[in-house]
Amino acid sequence: MTLLDFARGPALQWSLIILVIGVMWRIAGALLIMAKKDLSKPRRKTAVRDGLTTIATRSLPEHQFEKKIRLQHYSGYTWHITLFISVLFFAPHILFFESILGFGWPHLPNDVILVTAAIALAILLALVIRRASHPVQRLISNADDYISVVVVIVPLVTGILASAHIGARYETLLAIHLLTVEALFVWFPFGKLMHAALTFPSRFQAGAAFGRKGVKA
Amino acid sequence: MRKDQTLGEYLHAQGVSRRGFLKFCSAIASLMALPPSAVSQVAEALAVARRPSVIWLSFQECTGCTESLTRSHAPTVESLIFDAISLDYHHTLQAAAGEGAEAARMAAMQESPGEYLLVVEGSIPIGNPGYSTIAGMSNVDMLMETAANAAAIIAVGTCASFGGIPHASPNPTGAVPVSEIVSNKPIINISGCPPIPVVITGVLAHYLTFGTIPDLDALGRPLAFFGQNIHDRCYRRPFYERGQFAHTFDDEGARKGWCLYELGCKGPTTYNACATLKWNEGTSFPIGSGHGCLGCSEPNFWDKGSFYTPISAGLWGSREALIGAAAAGAALGIGSALAARASKKKAQAEEEAKSS
Repeated sequence: MTLLDFARGPALQWSLIILVIGVMWRIAGALLIMAKKDLSKPRRKTAVRDGLTTIATRSLPEHQFEKKIRLQHYSGYTWHITLFISVLFFAPHILFFESILGFGWPHLPNDVILVTAAIALAILLALVIRRASHPVQRLISNADDYISVVVVIVPLVTGILASAHIGARYETLLAIHLLTVEALFVWFPFGKLMHAALTFPSRFQAGAAFGRKGVKA
Repeated sequence: MRKDQTLGEYLHAQGVSRRGFLKFCSAIASLMALPPSAVSQVAEALAVARRPSVIWLSFQECTGCTESLTRSHAPTVESLIFDAISLDYHHTLQAAAGEGAEAARMAAMQESPGEYLLVVEGSIPIGNPGYSTIAGMSNVDMLMETAANAAAIIAVGTCASFGGIPHASPNPTGAVPVSEIVSNKPIINISGCPPIPVVITGVLAHYLTFGTIPDLDALGRPLAFFGQNIHDRCYRRPFYERGQFAHTFDDEGARKGWCLYELGCKGPTTYNACATLKWNEGTSFPIGSGHGCLGCSEPNFWDKGSFYTPISAGLWGSREALIGAAAAGAALGIGSALAARASKKKAQAEEEAKSS
């Protein structure tokens, strides 16, 4: 079995199994904890609307500390958007998802993806350097933050190298890229990357809970 | 061709002009990544080369490799060069049969020990050697006997190079390539199903010119022909970069000649000269004819999933496994949440008991 066969076969299967078990474990556990019956009388009966409103208000760049966090805020948005474009609209990626999900969607030209991936990589590198050098950010960061950044940076780097055929034979680069993505899959449920699945539900839940109590979230 | 005749004398006798011969030498030098100054050296060496004795053994194979060579447009200088070697044993092509054929092989081995080239086509069954025998002799015995005094071995085709289709799972005959049986001789793997004729003659020309084997890659293949993947040399590559793909074999993209990556083309992971040398006098190659590369010059190409599965798609088990994983994860989450609740209740009860 070649490295690429291993990456496309058993490594992919087991990393996906770990990813799905971990994500379901986290989500099911969170849902069940939330399922505790609230016996108090609701101040407002607009929980769903309040939840959705909170998702929007906490996502918009309107913030009392806007001036201080502007760079972080917009670089964060740019990073996420360019990452999503790179991951979701690269033709080989779509074929990968299609092999798992059973359906695909339109893609963008490779050159566009190369640019978005390069932007995402540059922003993430800049942010992690800032995190490590900024006294406050360094203080509130732990190993999880750095591990989560590394498991995202490495697939970006290997993906760009594989796409551009730089540094090694294509099948080796592709295998390494897949293995690094599989490392991300394995880490995803157990670290801060899980925010990708929990951010919006938790904002919704917070908004709904505050709304019930008559508090603006 | 007489055995004492040089290659140059033979080609001249066959009506090949000096110009045609030099053209071929230039092509060979270019193919082997030699500098232009080496052309005259190639020409001089080939012109005075004596015909080497070649023994061609055919084991578990379909004869496609022999067909590839003999069915190439004739007469070409390549085929004349091939004619110019002393093909002393090839049981598909030779006139002699039975004991006479085997006697020819033995005679060739005894006439030039340590000097003859051994060409092997097909894989060798070692699980049960009885699956393939020639004149009552198993393939493995014949290979060992003939390889013992060979100058070098050329494994022609993917079966001889890597086991090929006979080696595909479940490999009922225990088929193995030449390199798994012979370890004390230089082996040149010219893989492909079948290999490109000019690659075979190119390697022979290299041997005739320099008396050595060419530079090889990690899989024992001549770097000059197998140094780059098909994707990097494919004329459809710009369509890949632009994200223009054929989605089916008869859609608009297919008609416009767009990239076949989505249809499972293995060009990015396949190393061969198909995209540059092509077939039938440079007419076309599989991708040029509208079908993706099968990766036939790579080891185990038959066992790497469907030919029509894109390279970036996973070769993994099943969706059922993921559904099972989702169920297991949910059960784990519910279980841990319930355990947390029970633990919390117990702690509260203990606290209440203490305070009361």
